[in-house]
Amino acid sequence: MNRINELFAKKGDKRILSIYFTAGYPTLDSTLDIAEALEKAGVDFLEIGFPYSDPVADGPVIQHSSEAALRHGMTLHILFEQLKALRKRVSIPVLLMGYVNPVLQYGVENFCKSCTAVGVDGVIVPDLPMYEFEEHYRPIFEANGLSNIFLVTPQTSEARIRKIDDLSTGFIYLLSSSATTGKNLAVSEDTTTYFSRIRGMGLKNPVVIGFGISNQETFIQATDYADGAIVGSAFVRLLGEADYMEKIPRFVRQLRD
Amino acid sequence: MSKYQVNDNGYYGNFGGAYIPEMLYPNVDELQRSYLPIIQSESFRQEFDQLLRDYVGRPSPLYRAGRLSDRYGTNIFLKREDLNHTGAHKINNTIGQILLAERLGKKRIIAETGAGQHGVATATVCALKGLQCVVYMGAIDIERQAPNVARMKMMGAEVIAATSGSKTLKDATNEALRDWINNPLDTHYIIGSVVGPHPYPDMVARFQSVISAETRKQLLEKTGRETPDYAVACVGGGSNAAGMFYHFLDEPSVRLVAVEAAGKGVHSGESAATTVLGREGVLHGSRSILMQTEDGQVIEPYSISAGLDYPGIGPQHAWLHKSGRATYAAITDEEAMQAGLLLTRLEGIIPAIESAHALAQLEKMTFGKDESVVVCLSGRGDKDLDNYMKYFGF
Repeated sequence: MNRINELFAKKGDKRILSIYFTAGYPTLDSTLDIAEALEKAGVDFLEIGFPYSDPVADGPVIQHSSEAALRHGMTLHILFEQLKALRKRVSIPVLLMGYVNPVLQYGVENFCKSCTAVGVDGVIVPDLPMYEFEEHYRPIFEANGLSNIFLVTPQTSEARIRKIDDLSTGFIYLLSSSATTGKNLAVSEDTTTYFSRIRGMGLKNPVVIGFGISNQETFIQATDYADGAIVGSAFVRLLGEADYMEKIPRFVRQLRD
Repeated sequence: MSKYQVNDNGYYGNFGGAYIPEMLYPNVDELQRSYLPIIQSESFRQEFDQLLRDYVGRPSPLYRAGRLSDRYGTNIFLKREDLNHTGAHKINNTIGQILLAERLGKKRIIAETGAGQHGVATATVCALKGLQCVVYMGAIDIERQAPNVARMKMMGAEVIAATSGSKTLKDATNEALRDWINNPLDTHYIIGSVVGPHPYPDMVARFQSVISAETRKQLLEKTGRETPDYAVACVGGGSNAAGMFYHFLDEPSVRLVAVEAAGKGVHSGESAATTVLGREGVLHGSRSILMQTEDGQVIEPYSISAGLDYPGIGPQHAWLHKSGRATYAAITDEEAMQAGLLLTRLEGIIPAIESAHALAQLEKMTFGKDESVVVCLSGRGDKDLDNYMKYFGF
């Protein structure tokens, strides 16, 4: 059982909070300092983004952080070098999130091995769809004990969600709406119907809601229907401010209390 | 089934596929299921053929360029896509896709454009059909291509500047994909080249295949043979080449020559010669060959021709290259500009700078006097007059 499974097995009534941030932003070496600060502030698991030149699923805030990280010289090789110290400083589950092309160039097998070697528990690659994953890469992920997380949107059919549930080994990433990152969640009857529909499916995997979760209100609304929720753009925006390290504890506390 | 055409899984050899985020899955899945039944239906064929004939002005002539033929000591035929309505081959595809979008019940059309030719061709068919049209164009390209921006706006399209990344075609494509993610129900994305997730590369190639279908008939009338010895076309993403090659792929006697833009020299650091400089990777939803760093970050290409500066090529081209079925050559800015001027002076035809790359390749080949060579003259040079004037100091 890896750290992700353990987290959800022991969670009880807790609303699981995950934070996304981009490696190499705001500075090349800020990755681990931010990760450590988030754990201390009480975050349950982390998603560390590795930057890509053409992030089509992302809105302006994460696009900007990726561009900046690339300008600072961030690469997958440098990130794995930085993450060698990950498990000396961080004990909560950590996932890497990014686009497929950098992974292909690094080599899928090398990538999975590097993840395992530094203590990364899972991977989210939005443009590696289920068919390609099953056809080409599933055995490599499994051999390395790495969870591959799939996305589900309001338009995903029930049959496909069942299949995703079968293939998933960590949690299911439920998108609050079909949108790029950084749009604010507007909870409507449609959204709650959708969230309830998923909750009623009796999936074997935990469900975590992301995209559009930016404050306490949206965090609570999402976690009323799911095991946890993920905050991304709102946190990355904070990283663009001066003294962001001092502001992290308060940012996390405000989401929960 | 030809081994050069897409297989049931959406692949050409190991290239192609549909590397898309889940948000695009319903749209792409719908297209994958419906594109063949729709475009092979009788009502679609009739309307498509009728519009190509009465609206676009097809068949486009196959013209034996006499003075150019004398120069190269052979028979050069120009497939005159430049004479199409809106001035290039791009409209063959947008006509096909707008008819498809209508049949899928879509109300809103989005497109990306580089130089603006595909944007104009999309705005044109949206005006024709009364559909809402949004065109994404790099902020830098909007400045460089003001006349095409004006044409799109006059036809009622909204032109939105892509301000991310390098602010050119690649980024306009990213913005169009983001729009599609955010508008999953009522919108169809008309991709302008043989790129993108399956089924786009195959669908666009089918719409453009009218180029080689007509060429076969016209060659038969003019030479007594349906096939040429050479078919030559320029490649950015590769849609006019895909159309020019389509009906010759399984004719081994036809040598296929694709011409990429070498910019200021293949290894100058300012080039778009993807097959030379690129490696296998994934961009805009398909696995192909693309220009990228060791870390997998996409490199911005350069060419004097705005229609050829795309960092990838369509997956079918990647396969034709890898399998050796087609030859990929590279032509510099200088060679292309000279070839554009040469055609103008010998034949009285001003070619688009894109097409001039294909013409320049003739200088580097040798031909027998009884051979026939078809060059796809993919577009007219009106849009490039400023560039030609500046370059030659007229």
